[in-house]
Amino acid sequence: MSTNEWPLWEVFIRSKQGLNHKHVGSLRAADSTMALDNARDVYTRRSEGISIWVVESNYVHANDPADADAYFEPSDTKIFRHPTFYEVHEGIKHM
Amino acid sequence: MRVLESVELEQKFQDKIDKEIKIEPNDWMPDAYRKTLIRQMSQHAHSEVVGMLPEANWITRAPNLRRKAVLLAKVQDEAGHGLYLYSATETLGADREATIDDLHSGKAKYSSIFNYPAVSWADIGAIGWLVDGAAIMNQVALCRCSYGPYARAMVKICKEESFHQRQGYELLTTLANGSPEQKQLAQEALNRFWWPALMMFGPNDDESPNSAQSMKWKIKRLSNDELRQNFIDATVPQAELIGLKVPDPNLKWNEETGHYDFSPINWDEFWQVVGGNGPCNKQRVDARRKAKENGLWVREAAMAFAEKRASRKSA
Ligand SMILES: [Fe+2]
Ligand SMILES: [Fe+2]
Repeated sequence: MSTNEWPLWEVFIRSKQGLNHKHVGSLRAADSTMALDNARDVYTRRSEGISIWVVESNYVHANDPADADAYFEPSDTKIFRHPTFYEVHEGIKHM
Repeated sequence: MRVLESVELEQKFQDKIDKEIKIEPNDWMPDAYRKTLIRQMSQHAHSEVVGMLPEANWITRAPNLRRKAVLLAKVQDEAGHGLYLYSATETLGADREATIDDLHSGKAKYSSIFNYPAVSWADIGAIGWLVDGAAIMNQVALCRCSYGPYARAMVKICKEESFHQRQGYELLTTLANGSPEQKQLAQEALNRFWWPALMMFGPNDDESPNSAQSMKWKIKRLSNDELRQNFIDATVPQAELIGLKVPDPNLKWNEETGHYDFSPINWDEFWQVVGGNGPCNKQRVDARRKAKENGLWVREAAMAFAEKRASRKSA
């Protein structure tokens, strides 16, 4: 067992200009510089990216999936937030 | 009360699987599902890493610069595959270094095929064509695995694998079209790797007791025998096309089934190699163990350097 394991990093890649960064995976590295270099070497060997973010996994916070139904319930019940909820006269244009 | 709860949770879990909803890292899952995945995924990761050894052996002896660059790129891909899979295993709460230590202690297995040596340059062709070919057959099915991170890793891996198989087939094609001696090298490589490649799919279905549960959980989508048959059906015409003979006297096309018939597999050999008595088992694990031991100071130095840089920044 190694006593001094490198921290875990999450890797996000922008595949081309105009698109957002997307999570692609994770890796272990001693620091952010090494994490970026390693991310380039393993996740962009075939021109998959033009920009990389790395975030130490410890700093990623998430909601609890066990409570996901209740947590997202407010948005499921408000169907009037969608345009299809409304009736519009036939023939009306540009709306 | 507690028992009831877990029965209910398990039912919900199976419903999700049946509806083809992927399971993600923090979702509830049965312990046995988690354990099965940790075992399978870490052993898959070990296979990628150990798989680099027989090929790396030939990098310095590749016959020309093109072949050398290709082989380097392939071996580098396999290192990447190992990393994707170790990372995916970590999402299940497994300790990555502990899984690696299991490999080194002999507790964890890896694909037995890598316990065979690559004795000639032609073997590099046979490995790409047959070993990566068999791996692809297996991995394409795993792209639809119920565990999200495993399935996603497989999609990325499959995209990278296709050149692995092609470069191997191209290499053997070149040899098969060369001098009689070169053609013979190619044929011998096929003779050596054909049967071990078929064994890569694992025991026959009736000898594979855990398969049914894995199928129910949709970790596995096709059975060992189905995958093996698909591989044979795809590969035999490829051998014929370059004038090589598959080393099986009973191999023949069966009009009725629409598949090739083939001889029974020598499972004694398979179990011998799995049990540690293959030609290279000891050599492979020793190489991995040494790599970890000899790399310890590098990992420590990198950590010390990172700490020093961080403290300088904050000062
Ligand atoms: Fe691979
Ligand atoms: Fe490969």
